[in-house]
Amino acid sequence: MKSKSKTIKVDALARVEGEGGIYIKVKDDRVVDVKLNIFEPPRFFEAFLMGRSYKEVPDIVARICGICPIAYQMSSVHALENAFGVKVEGQLRELRRLFYCGEWIESHVLHVYMLHAPDFLGYEDVLLLAKDYPAVVERALRMKKIGNEIVALMGGRSVHPVSACVGGFYKVPTRKELLALVPDLEWAKEAALETIKLTASFTFPDFEPEYEYVALHHPDEYAFNEGRIVSNKGLDIAINEYNDCFMELHVPHSTSLHSKIKQRDAYSVGPLARFNINFAQLTPLSQQAATEAGLTIPCKNPFKSIIVRSVETLYAIEEALRIINQYQMPDQASVPVKPHAGVGHGCTEAPRGILYHRYRVGDDGLIVEAKIVPPTSQNQRIIERDLWQFVPQMINAPTSELTWKCEQVVRNYDPCISCSCHFLKLHIDKE
Amino acid sequence: MKKKPTLAVWKFASCDGCQLNLLNCEDELLAVAQSVDIANFLEASRAVKPGPYDVSLVEGSVTTSHDAQRIQHIRQISKLLITIGACAIAGGIQALRNFKDVNKFISIVYPTPAYISTLAQSTPISAHVKVDFELRGCPINQYQLLEVISALLNKRKANIPKYSVCIECKRRGTICVMVSQGLPCLGPVTQAGCGAICPAYARGCYGCFGPMESPNTTSLSQWFKQEQHITAPEIVRFFRGFNAYAEAFRKESEANEK
Repeated sequence: MKSKSKTIKVDALARVEGEGGIYIKVKDDRVVDVKLNIFEPPRFFEAFLMGRSYKEVPDIVARICGICPIAYQMSSVHALENAFGVKVEGQLRELRRLFYCGEWIESHVLHVYMLHAPDFLGYEDVLLLAKDYPAVVERALRMKKIGNEIVALMGGRSVHPVSACVGGFYKVPTRKELLALVPDLEWAKEAALETIKLTASFTFPDFEPEYEYVALHHPDEYAFNEGRIVSNKGLDIAINEYNDCFMELHVPHSTSLHSKIKQRDAYSVGPLARFNINFAQLTPLSQQAATEAGLTIPCKNPFKSIIVRSVETLYAIEEALRIINQYQMPDQASVPVKPHAGVGHGCTEAPRGILYHRYRVGDDGLIVEAKIVPPTSQNQRIIERDLWQFVPQMINAPTSELTWKCEQVVRNYDPCISCSCHFLKLHIDKE
Repeated sequence: MKKKPTLAVWKFASCDGCQLNLLNCEDELLAVAQSVDIANFLEASRAVKPGPYDVSLVEGSVTTSHDAQRIQHIRQISKLLITIGACAIAGGIQALRNFKDVNKFISIVYPTPAYISTLAQSTPISAHVKVDFELRGCPINQYQLLEVISALLNKRKANIPKYSVCIECKRRGTICVMVSQGLPCLGPVTQAGCGAICPAYARGCYGCFGPMESPNTTSLSQWFKQEQHITAPEIVRFFRGFNAYAEAFRKESEANEK
């Protein structure tokens, strides 16, 4: 007998960073409830940052996420520099971009090959994939290693590097040290082109909802650390206007706050948002590779984020090469910082999307108030909305197939649950 | 053929960085997967083989009553239980709540505190169950992790030194940042294992590997005060980092709070 109602439950989602699940309830072949459950235990970063010195902030906030510590370090240092009226320019600014390139390469390759590709190729994990496609997995590991090597060279280690500080770095690399990375990066550029071809060959479900995409935009570069917050629906604000335009909501089924645009609703951040808003700022080679992979602007299919991540990996490799080739070691590793009372805002492009920080600091340089809005909490509403829209397309599929596809809908966003709690579990309920 | 030992990886309150270090062993990952059966590693695979497991690696601290029950179950289905990182071993940075009123913390971060269920303290795994080995670090060092796995496979004791970061500085040829630059440094009381990164990057150690064996924290605090004119509140913050609730660091921060 064909049952008309069912529950799809994934108690603990795999291949995401952190702890969460999905609960979907279907009644008479209609979706009646979707919840992205985030049960990552809360860790209260905003609370215990109060009373800490501004100097300690980059090291502490890095611990929100082991996958993207540099994003947390960069958003915090920019916010605090904004509070103190400090500007970091020239080679130090370039080095911060290079640091971020390392994290983008490491994080994107991890997600593309180890967390997301197995879905498209029908494997439960990358180790099983490696049995049939050893050369592909070896390529992935070597690419990922190069991203980690940039981070480790600049920051001492790949997870929670120690060199970033308000004003610049504790120590900067020599030109010779950076030049040693060039041969590997040249290899990685070819490997990234192969990655784009591979991911473009996958089969994608026909799924193109309408989104408001939000990304940082800078006229002269693919934005990492600086720019305006821009959307495809007319939003165009300075970083310090974030609070005026966005709000956070607390829902019972998540320890991660949801975000929405005050005047409208859910919005999408991350690779697709950046690609659709900042295509003109990509390098000619990255633009050409994207076009040859069949991507058009706007790319609305969230499943195709895997191709866009591959394009962004290529961009990050090219950008790393550009920075290294022009690098001249600066005389000072950081610019002087004189703390005083004030409020500062910072927003940078973490691999998963915009990461907003705001700090109120006292005259003594101690933090009075902190606010951190990670990309995954901003994407939660969109992920739930995607599930509402996607499940009806596959309503008659066997529950095991539907469950796997729903997991994939979530993984399209490379959700970082550890981050958002400051996130995930799948239940599909067909009654 | 001899059956490969099974390995499970578990996550409690943490940043994921320690288990990421297993995936970050790019040169060794495929070899590790040939020697051990990675039976339950949710961050990497949706395929979960049922326990019991020969070895469990546990990341993160216990902060909810659900997790306090979960760790009991994990202990029951694990022959060996190894904790990885400062959260699992000392409660992590989130153990800063242990010095404050957690309800205030909840109301600072969450608009609807009633939705949040959490324990008053962030506690190490060893406060709940017997732990067979603790691998320090925030994050752990991937080569130390490989050493522990290799030692297990070869039934030998893992070579994880308990001396201080100072030894690693000397070996690395880093000039002491306390002596030469007057920077406060937790290196003299912190367990080695990171490779003495911070002093090599022109800053003092911030203690992410936790207290060494019998650390003289009192003497170090005296030095901070007398030679470096560092105030008591600064010393309190210094010891209240990623291993704030490790006994030696906790006592020292409390002594400077009076």
